[in-house]
Amino acid sequence: MGSYIIKRLISAIPVLLGITIIVFLIMAMIPGDPATAILGSYATPENVARLNRDLGLDAPLVKRYFIWLGNMLTGDFGRSYSLNRPVLDEITERFSATLILAGVSFVLCSILGILAGVVSAARQYGWADKLITLTVLVGISVPSFFLGMMMILLFAVNLRWLPVSGMYAIYGGGDLPDLLRHLIMPSLALSVVATGVIARLARSAMLEVLRQDFIRTARAKGVPERRVIMGHALRAAMVSIIPVLGIQAGFVLSGSVYIEIVFQWPGIGRMLVDAILTRDILLVQGGVVFVAACYVIFNIIVDVAQGMLDPRIKT
Amino acid sequence: MTGFLKLLFRNRLAAMGAVILGAILLLVILTPILPLQNPDVTATADRFQRPLSPGHLLGTDHLGRDLLARLLYGTRLSLIVGVAAALIAGIIGSAIGITAGYFGGRLDNIVMRGVDMLMAFPYILLALAIVAALGPGLMNALIAVAAVNIPFFARNIRGITVGLAGREFIDAAKLSGMGHTRIILTELLPNVLPVIIIAMSTTVGWMILETAGLSFLGLGSQPPQADLGSMLGEARSSLITSPYVSLVPGVMIFLIVMSINLLGDGVRDALDPRLRSGALSRPLATTLVSGARRPVPPARDGLLQIADLRTQFHVGSRIYKAVDGVSLSVRPGECLGIIGESGSGKSVTALSLMGLVASPPGIITGGSVWFDGRDMIGAPYEDLRRIRGDRVAYIFQDPLSTLHPLYRIGDQLAEAIQAHHKIGKAEANERALQLLRDVRIPNPESRVRNYPHEMSGGMRQRVGIAMALVNDPAVIIADEPTTALDVTVQAQILMLLEDLRRERGLAIVFITHDFGVVGQLCDRVAVMYAGRIVEEGPTAEVLARPSHPYTKRLIACVPELGQGRREMAAIAGLPPVVSDLPPGCAFAPRCDKASDSCRKGDIALSGSGGRAVRCLFPEEALT
Ligand code: SF4
Repeated sequence: MGSYIIKRLISAIPVLLGITIIVFLIMAMIPGDPATAILGSYATPENVARLNRDLGLDAPLVKRYFIWLGNMLTGDFGRSYSLNRPVLDEITERFSATLILAGVSFVLCSILGILAGVVSAARQYGWADKLITLTVLVGISVPSFFLGMMMILLFAVNLRWLPVSGMYAIYGGGDLPDLLRHLIMPSLALSVVATGVIARLARSAMLEVLRQDFIRTARAKGVPERRVIMGHALRAAMVSIIPVLGIQAGFVLSGSVYIEIVFQWPGIGRMLVDAILTRDILLVQGGVVFVAACYVIFNIIVDVAQGMLDPRIKT
Repeated sequence: MTGFLKLLFRNRLAAMGAVILGAILLLVILTPILPLQNPDVTATADRFQRPLSPGHLLGTDHLGRDLLARLLYGTRLSLIVGVAAALIAGIIGSAIGITAGYFGGRLDNIVMRGVDMLMAFPYILLALAIVAALGPGLMNALIAVAAVNIPFFARNIRGITVGLAGREFIDAAKLSGMGHTRIILTELLPNVLPVIIIAMSTTVGWMILETAGLSFLGLGSQPPQADLGSMLGEARSSLITSPYVSLVPGVMIFLIVMSINLLGDGVRDALDPRLRSGALSRPLATTLVSGARRPVPPARDGLLQIADLRTQFHVGSRIYKAVDGVSLSVRPGECLGIIGESGSGKSVTALSLMGLVASPPGIITGGSVWFDGRDMIGAPYEDLRRIRGDRVAYIFQDPLSTLHPLYRIGDQLAEAIQAHHKIGKAEANERALQLLRDVRIPNPESRVRNYPHEMSGGMRQRVGIAMALVNDPAVIIADEPTTALDVTVQAQILMLLEDLRRERGLAIVFITHDFGVVGQLCDRVAVMYAGRIVEEGPTAEVLARPSHPYTKRLIACVPELGQGRREMAAIAGLPPVVSDLPPGCAFAPRCDKASDSCRKGDIALSGSGGRAVRCLFPEEALT
């Protein structure tokens, strides 16, 4: 197992490098003089020159890439112009807020999705199956940002159950219950689509597995049906569910952009949108590379989990 | 094609999707000629008019613009942008995929590496990076959304192209001197095109949603031009005071995406042949029993008695009579063989006993199975479960697929015990270990920790037998337990079963297609054909003087008892399909002695003293 983890980690290095190259190339597409584009037409010449030097824009493309990469590896993501602070500081601060939101949503959609899929499969064509199928259908069709707005309207404005937005109450908040209260709506809104996708997949994976011979064996042994479904069948179905969880984690992570805007959650998605609107290129660059790298590492964890779950995979 | 459309529209949800999407498309096409107000003309005096106010059917927004007009123009814009993004992504992605798949080698390698890296990004993040570089704007949002979807198409289409590139017609085209471009355009593309179109139509919903999302963030369409996303984004500031301004574009996005999803699901289902055959339904915990079934009292004595059992498969409008009135019985310590070709109903008979026939499509329509004085057919699930694996245990054919692939075999054995006895894990493990010893598995201490795929076929079948023995059952039903094994292992397993039967006084029902095996193990044998018993009797007598022409031929197929591979193919002709049996003898089409009278009415199973045959002109007359 240990060697498998190391192997996966090593195989991630080219992917991580590829990510930096792609981001770098995209940023190199900025038309015209990037420094002026970034700073706007009112920029002073000193500022333009300073930015050119900071970005290393006087050097050739390849050299610029390696300078940028080298800087990042030493933890220097540059300085944000709009915020006037180191990019990395801003990113880590914002990313932790996103991680809370996306993490809770991911746990929610995994549990709810798998549960719904299992119930749906076990009660195929029954009323529970029909109800779940219909709910899932609606769920995966609602844009999360619209859903978020409607939730605010219903639960925060009309019913006054939950706070409208933000991560903590402005006055007197800051503790865990406060955070949780602020988390309920955004995490639900963020997890709805992923829950639907996972539920669908879990249902078909369960149906596939339930037709297998070893399920008949379990029943022939006299294993109670509950255990047949929640044990034998689900265990086998997880093998095809887990990779989809990995993919959905990516959707939840990137979907948090919308939710952070709607609920004014101080996460990295909102930071990126603000940075794009203020043309704070270094902040965008750093943020994108950082989040993508985290996602790659998360996928390694998923792979390792898969390896632990399925003894047939040579580890 | 018409069949496909029929299937699509039989699906009510898909039809609903088509209707909604059609209506939206129609509205959008008609938008320019409808008597609408200018969507961009502001009238501050008319801000936030409620829906149904005079002149503004859906009300007005924060600048007093007519919401209906804005909705229709916005929908138009969103649809155009989404479709354009799908087209661009589809065309570029497919071009990359086809090129990489067709040429293969280094090029393929490099391109696919790049695709993998692009796919390593969380989706929207990449689009954000592109918009960041190009600057906000609807055109740039379109480019970004198309770009992030290119890898998806490239990967899918490449996979299909690789499959096609190795086929003969491509080789033939190459040999005939066609250039690469011509081969791609005239030979490959027509084959790949349907896949591209399906992929585009299933992703277009996503792309509409994504461009709307970017506009919602303020990175897409810029004022005064508005697609649905930016309408929603602008409405956010007045969400609390005038929610309908948000509701109007939001519901529209929802309707578009949902109708596309519905349609897409419908297309997928209509294309998937498994759905039609009903093969995608999962089997219930016990076989369904028809309400019309009447219990039949046992005709003979015995531990396990099957009385006029009838099991059918209902697939669509077809009815397969897999088991059609079978009566049998086993006494304690006796071994009964049921022999027949595949499709004869022997396995279905075995599975029906404890309600293990997959249902749907299986259904027991008649007869009884008496065990311990109780009719097991139609017994409540919990009663059946208590007997399964405890009093009546099964051994199945291929233990690689019948053992759980992800559980250690020790755990699978222990579980079988714990399903019926309240004992601790340690005790169950100890007992599992002892059973592995009983079935003569070497090194049982280390074997308990094995997964099924780590064992040989013979070892796995020993585990299968051990699992059947765990609770000291009264009856073991063995469904072709040696078929997947080679001859020496088969002999060992048969010997083991024989020993166990003698030591423990087990009754065994042994299902096989092999008379050699029957000869070694079984006291009595029943020959099945097309769901019915055609001959029955003590093994020695049946072997020595087969009475039914079919039995005679089955025996003739055995080269020498207990040795060599035996093939059923030696009997000319195929076993009949049990959905439309001809009247009279089911064997008639393959029988040398068949005459017109054989094809008339039902032929009864006749005989006495446990010896019976179902034939008008038996090879040996039974007294
Ligand atoms: S009944 Fe007639 S057709 Fe059938 S097996 Fe006997 S002889 Fe052959």
